[in-house]
Amino acid sequence: MHEEIYIAGIGGQGTLSMGQMLALAATSENKEVSYVPFYGPEKRGGFANCGVTISDHPISSPIISEPSVLVVMNNLSLKNYEDSVIPGGIIILNSSMVDLGVKRSDVRVISIQASEEAEQLGDVRVTNSIILGALIELTGVVSAGAVEQSLEQILPARNLDMIPINLKALERGSELARNYKKAWSNLS
Amino acid sequence: MKKITARPYSLRDVPFHYCPGCMHGIAHRLVAEVIDELGVSGRTIGISSVGCSVFAKHYFNVDMIQAAHGRAPAVATGVKRVLPDRVLFTYQGDGDLAAIGIGDFIHTASRGEKITTIFVNNTVYGMTGGQMAPTTLIGQVTKTTPFGRSVEINGNPIRVCELIAPVEGVAYVERVSLHNPKEIIKAKKAIKRAFEMQLNGIGFSLVEALSACPTNLGLSPLEAIKWMEEKMIPFYPLGVYKSPAGVV
Amino acid sequence: MRRFLMKGNDAIGEGAILAGCRHFFGYPITPQSEVAHYLAKRLPEVGGLFMQAESELASINLVFGAACAGARVMTASSSPGVSLMQEGLSFLAGSELPCVLVNIMRGGPGLGNIGPSQGDYFQATRGGGHGDYYTIVLAPNSVQEILDIMKKAFDLSDMYRMPVVVMADGIMGQMMEPVVIDEEKSVEIPPRPWATIGRDYHEDRNEINSLFVVLEEMEEVNLRLLHKYEEIRAKETLCEEYMLNDAEVALVAFGTVSRICRAVVDKAREQGIRAGLIRPITLWPFPYDVISRAAKSAQCLLAVEMNMGQMFEDVEIGAKGRVPVYHYGRLGGMVPLAKDILEELKKVSERGGTGR
Repeated sequence: MHEEIYIAGIGGQGTLSMGQMLALAATSENKEVSYVPFYGPEKRGGFANCGVTISDHPISSPIISEPSVLVVMNNLSLKNYEDSVIPGGIIILNSSMVDLGVKRSDVRVISIQASEEAEQLGDVRVTNSIILGALIELTGVVSAGAVEQSLEQILPARNLDMIPINLKALERGSELARNYKKAWSNLS
Repeated sequence: MKKITARPYSLRDVPFHYCPGCMHGIAHRLVAEVIDELGVSGRTIGISSVGCSVFAKHYFNVDMIQAAHGRAPAVATGVKRVLPDRVLFTYQGDGDLAAIGIGDFIHTASRGEKITTIFVNNTVYGMTGGQMAPTTLIGQVTKTTPFGRSVEINGNPIRVCELIAPVEGVAYVERVSLHNPKEIIKAKKAIKRAFEMQLNGIGFSLVEALSACPTNLGLSPLEAIKWMEEKMIPFYPLGVYKSPAGVV
Repeated sequence: MRRFLMKGNDAIGEGAILAGCRHFFGYPITPQSEVAHYLAKRLPEVGGLFMQAESELASINLVFGAACAGARVMTASSSPGVSLMQEGLSFLAGSELPCVLVNIMRGGPGLGNIGPSQGDYFQATRGGGHGDYYTIVLAPNSVQEILDIMKKAFDLSDMYRMPVVVMADGIMGQMMEPVVIDEEKSVEIPPRPWATIGRDYHEDRNEINSLFVVLEEMEEVNLRLLHKYEEIRAKETLCEEYMLNDAEVALVAFGTVSRICRAVVDKAREQGIRAGLIRPITLWPFPYDVISRAAKSAQCLLAVEMNMGQMFEDVEIGAKGRVPVYHYGRLGGMVPLAKDILEELKKVSERGGTGR
């Protein structure tokens, strides 16, 4: 197993915490992992991307230039990174924020209205957990249980009451992804 | 025969290199006598600065550190923060303290570091050969103010005691002079009080000692003393500027 | 033994604490400030002192003072701040004081930017300040190695009584990787009979000094430093080799870039190009002998850096003109991409030993 996951969006969308949850989950499963954030100099509202490499083997480069999975949280990130995904890779779109279409035909694309889904669950702040739920369902890169446990480490103490709704969001993302998985397996 | 005076224990038995009429030797002796009288010689660490007084590192019979130009207060703070029960003094000239090192000096004072600074002000750079100091008087001729210090070109002299006394964290500030025996006796008392502020954990203490540099003033030692009385002391008034009782 | 996820900047701080460092003096600068944030919280927990100074000048001189007092002490900064510390570093070297300075390099010159860079290679490996001296320079390339190398940095600085520089960049600082900490390991800090801690606490009288007005005395000090540096060159050079034995093209890279280059070597080999990697871990002393050996077996060397070609010059010195040495660099805070390095590697591998 070796996945190079690139998560791209803007500050406040939870892109970095998504990456950190993956890294924490991988660590707890004794996998090799590297997490590298990239963000603009603005303290609020600038770009906020991160790369997470998870592998069974020691990781050479922590810098991802050709991801196997791309998570896109805004239009600009799709423009910037669509071409970098390896053939056969996965692009996960938060289609609540991204209205551009994916031009590539050699990648698998999953669109989730994650912000609306989160609002329906009661808090738009769990948008990233919906995407993350989908990501782990599609890739199996870490277990759902390990991600759930990472919530405790990543959430600030004042937000620990957010755990149940995040769990729901992870489950909802996973459910939505299962539909895609079925469709993809029918195709192939 | 009765011995009535001797070299202080805290001063090493080596000849001073200072010029005739220079008052560093007097200041050294006063500091050493105070260290002896307070019985802290074995736990005192001195920091010498850059300028003529760099050789202080050689003369005091206590552990000594030679710091970079202007950095003696930072170095002293570094030692004191590791070893709070030791006695720290910096020995700095006017260039070291009031020009390149004024930032370190102010911040060390405002942090209320329990260290004592002996500041020797002779209004001129000695070791580099008689250039203008931040304390050079208006009109005073130096190698870099050959027509006399002018406000337009060089700005105004800095009065260090007046500058630092109002700063919180500062426990004791006094300006003394080393030009005659009466003032030297007062100077020693001031140095002692400054060290006591440190020993009692009250805060930062400063003694500014006015001194003459006959070599670079181009005067004889006696003329230099007269110059101090007529020119220097009127601009740099002697006295206590701050004590635990408050700013004077 | 515990395995957990840690950020590079935190590993610098925790590594220092594990090494017995209890004093930190520093001044904020991006992208180094997180080291300070970590230690500001963590040092008081272990009975240590974190102190924010008013400038980098003060920071390095507070370090100087604490080192005089016998403490294991460090500071951390980033390129412009490290420039400000160079006078202090020269005084530390001249006074033969141990301490550790971490430089999280950023884009430059001038104020530059906060992007990752390796532009301070010359400054670090050639002493940096005025006068005839070196500092040991360590360049880790993973969070685990950062954690371990901090201990090594303090040990070396004590052993040779000199400042040790640890160099990384913003990526290394921000990167999170699992680390294993052996908390059982005890630290032994060597005695410091030379420290200025007051005459009551040691024999005779101690003086810490870098002023030697008698020329012969200064030369004696310089010679003592020279012998020390020769011993370090002989004993302390550290270098990692990867797939080097049969390599036709040997990449040379340190820090973040060495990680990318390792992946490039794998990709090149998949495509039938026999590539290898030399990773200097000590940038001073530089592993000239490994370069020299590679220059006998490989057809050419390719230095990859985040600068205009600084380590490149050391690679040329090591290669002694035997084979061509090429350079590929990204500048201004940009990171070289694996595919671009691979392109460059293919180019130089075609040119091979036929010159530039």
